[in-house]
This record gives sequence, structure tokens and C-alpha cells, in this order.
Amino acid sequence: MNGNHEEVNIEGLLRADRIPHIWCPGCGLGSVLRSFLSALIKSELPLDKVAVVSGIGCTGRTAGYVKLDSFHTTHGRAIPFATGLKLANPELKVIVFSGDGDLSSIGGNHLIHAARRNMDMTIICVNNFTYGMTGGQAAPTTPLNARTSTTPYGNYEIPFNIPYLIAAAGAVYVSRWTAMHVRRLEKSIIEAIHKKGFSFVEAIAPCPTQYGRKNRQATGLTQMNYYRDNSIINHGADPRDVGIELNGPINVGKFVDIDRATFSDLQADILDKAFPPESKPQTETTRT
Amino acid sequence: MSRHGLLEGEYFMNGDVASAEGAICAGCRFFAGYPITPATEVAERMAERLPEVGGTFIQMEDEIASMAAILGGSWGGAKSMTSTSGPGFSLMMENLGLGAMTETPCVVVNVQRAGPSTGLPTLTAQGDMMQARWGSHGLYGIIALAPSSPQEMFELTIKAFNLSEKYRTPVLIMTDESVGHMSEKVVIPPSNQIEVFDRRKPTVPVSEYLPFKPDADLVPPMGNAGEGYRYHVTGLTHDERGYPDMTAEAQEKLVRRLIDKIELNKDDIIELEEDEIDGADVVVCSYGISARVALLAVKAAREEGIKVGMLRLITAWPFPNNRIKELAGKIKAFVVPELNAGQMALEVERCAGGAAETVLVGHMGGNVHDPQVILKAIRKASK
Ligand SMILES: Cc1ncc(C[n+]2csc(CCOP(=O)(O)OP(=O)(O)O)c2C)c(N)n1
Ligand code: SF4
Repeated sequence: MNGNHEEVNIEGLLRADRIPHIWCPGCGLGSVLRSFLSALIKSELPLDKVAVVSGIGCTGRTAGYVKLDSFHTTHGRAIPFATGLKLANPELKVIVFSGDGDLSSIGGNHLIHAARRNMDMTIICVNNFTYGMTGGQAAPTTPLNARTSTTPYGNYEIPFNIPYLIAAAGAVYVSRWTAMHVRRLEKSIIEAIHKKGFSFVEAIAPCPTQYGRKNRQATGLTQMNYYRDNSIINHGADPRDVGIELNGPINVGKFVDIDRATFSDLQADILDKAFPPESKPQTETTRT
Repeated sequence: MSRHGLLEGEYFMNGDVASAEGAICAGCRFFAGYPITPATEVAERMAERLPEVGGTFIQMEDEIASMAAILGGSWGGAKSMTSTSGPGFSLMMENLGLGAMTETPCVVVNVQRAGPSTGLPTLTAQGDMMQARWGSHGLYGIIALAPSSPQEMFELTIKAFNLSEKYRTPVLIMTDESVGHMSEKVVIPPSNQIEVFDRRKPTVPVSEYLPFKPDADLVPPMGNAGEGYRYHVTGLTHDERGYPDMTAEAQEKLVRRLIDKIELNKDDIIELEEDEIDGADVVVCSYGISARVALLAVKAAREEGIKVGMLRLITAWPFPNNRIKELAGKIKAFVVPELNAGQMALEVERCAGGAAETVLVGHMGGNVHDPQVILKAIRKASK
């Protein structure tokens, strides 16, 4: 594995014919995408066997910019789509790249169940604390008191602490970095990609247009400065303790890295017992 | 059982189980589903059988996930299926549209029960026929088949897979609780006598492949994920490369083709069963369990000397417009018994265009028609 900090050329993994992209100036998505693609190259995976699946949202558009087998599905449903893709072709490395709203609100049920099953896939969740694409409404991640277009007086809902949620649901790898931690994020994505089972990387990223503007962080730069001044590297922190409050500290680091049998491991165990090799009917996946 | 784990010979099985066996014979190797009466037996059978033939079964967290998973499975290269009934069918609608938009071969079995809402969970109905055609938002073509016996559940599930692979589209099996739970003899031929159609693969070099560029039949060849194409697939309106194109022109071109690839290939897709139509005054047009009940009424009417033919819709969608139009000019009336308040009857009426009367024999479901009610309608229509 090549975990060094060398710059790699990610151009070959971008669909040049789809540039300019739709993201706003100052948006954190470009930076997270750069860390992702760079991680992918350094992971040395055979790229023809990598598939990226996104849901809907600004983050969801990522699938459309990467030059890999890439699927832009429906809002919240990237994970079950990815589940089918992986089970149909276990050779594939399946990576879900989507937004906090997509994954933890409308897709929340799929998120916890895929983690429970320890489905072998990597999730990159870009958390900008809001629904960027639809104009900055509250998300399940929006901190208490934050302003959004649907919480004009301040948010009175308690947000999800996503690492805690996903660790409790059974993920074997859980980390959080911000768009400012380019290299650490990249390194964490490499680890997540190589981790067998359900691995989850939360990438906190600026959405100046919809979230920053309403919460006194009007530019991408002010948001990045906030991350720089308030991030605390806290590897191994109890996920319970890493919730994020408005303008509060952001615990970053690797919170969970454990081993647990995956869906496919357990499936093979049980089915090998049910069908001992000698009794096993010949399998055939394609018929002539 | 054959060496390959495929059944062959004569069996006594219910429609749900027969559908699962048809899927296995058609080459289905991925099933994702969620339990619901009266379709659960399809999933249970697949859970038992798929491991025997090297396939994968997964019980998902809900029907939204099930539908999403079979789309993923299909792009992963496995023929994929799910099964459900009304409430689950409603949950599948958004991703069914994704399947239509991304031209993803897959099969969805709907064993209809009486609705709306939870309705009569264990009892028969045919209330989802229009939902099958129009249930997902926006415009698209769809194929739906309507088996009326366990034998047909077996055969039409194979046909559904073949059509889905050939036309790159989700195909629906629209049966009903009566057929799903009815046990009858099912004959399963040796696998080498079963025609199986696999998706047409690209013939151009990887670098030249455009995943949404159609051949002459309006269907694009399909490469699977992991084969090196590195394509993009999106539910957004897209061009032949699969890239989003947010223009009215792209919408016209793509969506028109999605509809046309079904409409213009109707002759290949549509299957009807006709009996004593020539010289008939009345034609009973029905499908699924209602067609079997109607047959009793048709026989009784013939004994009374009424000239009555029977037209059974084996394919519900695309609808056989031309055949109905043609018959309308020759007969007095269509009688349409169905377990709803008039769904396929509306299509019959539309196509008849006033040239023949259309008489709906509706029934809200929960049980099947009393054949006497259909007989009365035939008598009246023949006058
Ligand atoms: C079923 C459905 N409901 C609502 C929408 C509208 N919608 C599109 S994106 C989005 C929110 C996206 O938020 P998030 O996942 O946080 O991504 P971001 O845009 O912030 O990157 C919503 C509600 C939709 N596309 N589909
Ligand atoms: S709305 Fe926010 S998340 Fe979306 S592109 Fe603009 S800055 Fe990025």
C-alpha cells in the first residue's frame, strides 16, 4: 500500500468532458473528491473493479464526475443499490459517496441495516450540516440552534452524532475528518477502502452558499478556518462523545477499527455447512 | 432435480413457488425481498433454492431497499428479481422509475391483494393494474404480464426475464392472491428445452462503448459493472454516454425512446389467448384469476346459444390496442370482468372507441366473481 503523502495525478479519474462541475465556489466537495481520488490511486485497487454509487444531492453528483463505473441513484437509496451490486459481483470494490441528508435522513434505515449486516463496502459521507442541493434546509445533522431555511429561528431538533450511530449499528471502521485535513482524510479513506466490511468515513465540508451564509461562516474559507481552529484530533475517542454543537469543537480521528465477520463471510460459513462440498450441486451462473 | 439444481418433471406447487422456479430456470441468480402476504412464498422459495444454484438471496430492510438492490444486482451482472404485494409495490415505485430510466433489466412479481392500504391482506384482488402502468412518476414504457395459473406463473416468469433482458426494462408479473396461492400441476421441461435470452452485450471496443446508444430495435446493448467500461448511469435525463443533459431536447429524445422501445416492439411482446372470437357477438376480455372464473360464464352462455368469444390478456402492458380496435368493429360488446372498479376496462373502452359497447363487471376483491354475475352481463350485452 502506498500511504505516503506524494501528490498523485487524479486527472485520469475525472470525467474531463463533464467539467465545469455544478458546485459553488468555496464548496468543500471538490476538496473531499480530490482526497478520495488520490486515496483511490494510492490504494492500488484495480480501478476497473471499483464502482462508485451516489444518492441525490450536491454530494450525490460526485458519481457523475468520476471516471469509473458510477451510479447516480435515487435519494437515500445508494446503499441498497450498492448492496445488490456487491452481492451480484463480489469482485467489485463498492464505494458509496453521498451526503449527510441522503445517507442519514431519507436513507437512514438502509445505513443502519447495511452496517448491521457488515456489508463489505466503504461509505464516504460528506457532512455539510444541511441539504445543500435543495437550498439549505435542516438535516438530521444540523446542530441545535443553527439557522437553515426550515429552521429560521434556530434549529430545535437534536442532531444525529453519525459516528456514534454507525458504530452502534455495527460498522467495523469509523472515522471523521474535515475538508481541511486533506492528507489525513486521504489516508483514512485508504484505510477504509482496504478494510473488509462496512467502513465509514465522515468528511465535514463547507457549504458556504447554504449553510455558512446563514450561520456567520459566509465563505468556504471562514468555514475552513473554523475547522482548523476547532478540530481536536482524538483517535480512539468513544463515538458517544463526538457529537457536534454549533460553533463547538469537532472531534476528528479514527474512532472505530475492529474486525467482525461480514455478511458474505457468514453466508459462506452457513451455506458451506448446509451444502458440504461433496453434496454441493454444480453451480452455474450463466446458462448455455 | 437435474445436476445443475434445476427442477424438471411434473410437480404440484402453488403459483408463488412456480414463479420462483421459473426465475431459477430463466437464470435469475439474485433475489432481494421483504416478506408480505400473499407473495412471501416467492421469497421463501428463492431463499431455499438460490443457494442450490449458486445464487444469492437477501432479505432487505424494506421494499424500497429491495427494489434498489435488484437494480444494483442487475448492473452487477446477475439476473435479479423481487416479489411483493400492494403496500410493498407502492414503496417500490420510485426505484421502479429508476429502473425504467436507466434501462435496467429486472423482474418484479406483484401478487395482488385487496387494497387500498392494508385492505384485505390475505385476499385476492386486481387493483394495481393501473399502478403497474403509471405508478412511478413521469413518463416511461413498461411490460406487465398476467399469469392465471401456477403453470403460467412458471412460464411467464421465464418470459418476463427474457423480455427484461431483451428490452432492458423492468418487467412486472401482475398476478393475484388466488393464482399465487392456488396449487396445481406444473410441468417443468428439461432446461435445454427452455428458451433463455441474455442481455445483448456490446460488440464495440470498450473505449467506444456508449451505454445508452440504441441499436435499431431502440435497445442499447448492456455491459456489466466491472467489465472495464467505466460508464456513468444516472436517473437524470441523459445522453447516449449516460451523461446528464438538462435540456428539453435530451428529454424528448430519451423519454420518447423509452416509450417507443416498448410501443414499437409490441408485436413481439404481446401475447393473447383467444377462443371462439370469430363470429362472436360478445367478447369477454379478462386476465388472471378473473379470466378463469369468466370462462365458466362463457361456457354457460355458449350453452344458451350466445355467440361469445374469450380474449385473455396474457400481456397486460403494453395494451393490445390494435386487436381491441379490430374486434370492436365486428362485435356488439366487450364484457370485462376484473377485481377492481374498472381499470383494464377503461383501456378496452378507449380502444373500442364507441364501435362496440364496453361492459365492466367490477368487483372490489376479497373473493372472485360469482360466474352468474358475469353470465348475466354476457346475456345483456348480446341483446
Ligand atoms: C425522494 C426525494 N425527496 C426529496 C428530494 C429532493 N432532494 C434532493 S437533494 C436533497 C437533500 C440533499 O442533502 P444532502 O444529502 O445532505 O446533500 P448535499 O446537497 O448537502 O450535498 C433533497 C431533499 C429528492 N430528490 N428525492
Ligand atoms: S449548495 Fe453547498 S454543498 Fe451544494 S455545491 Fe453549493 S456550497 Fe456545495
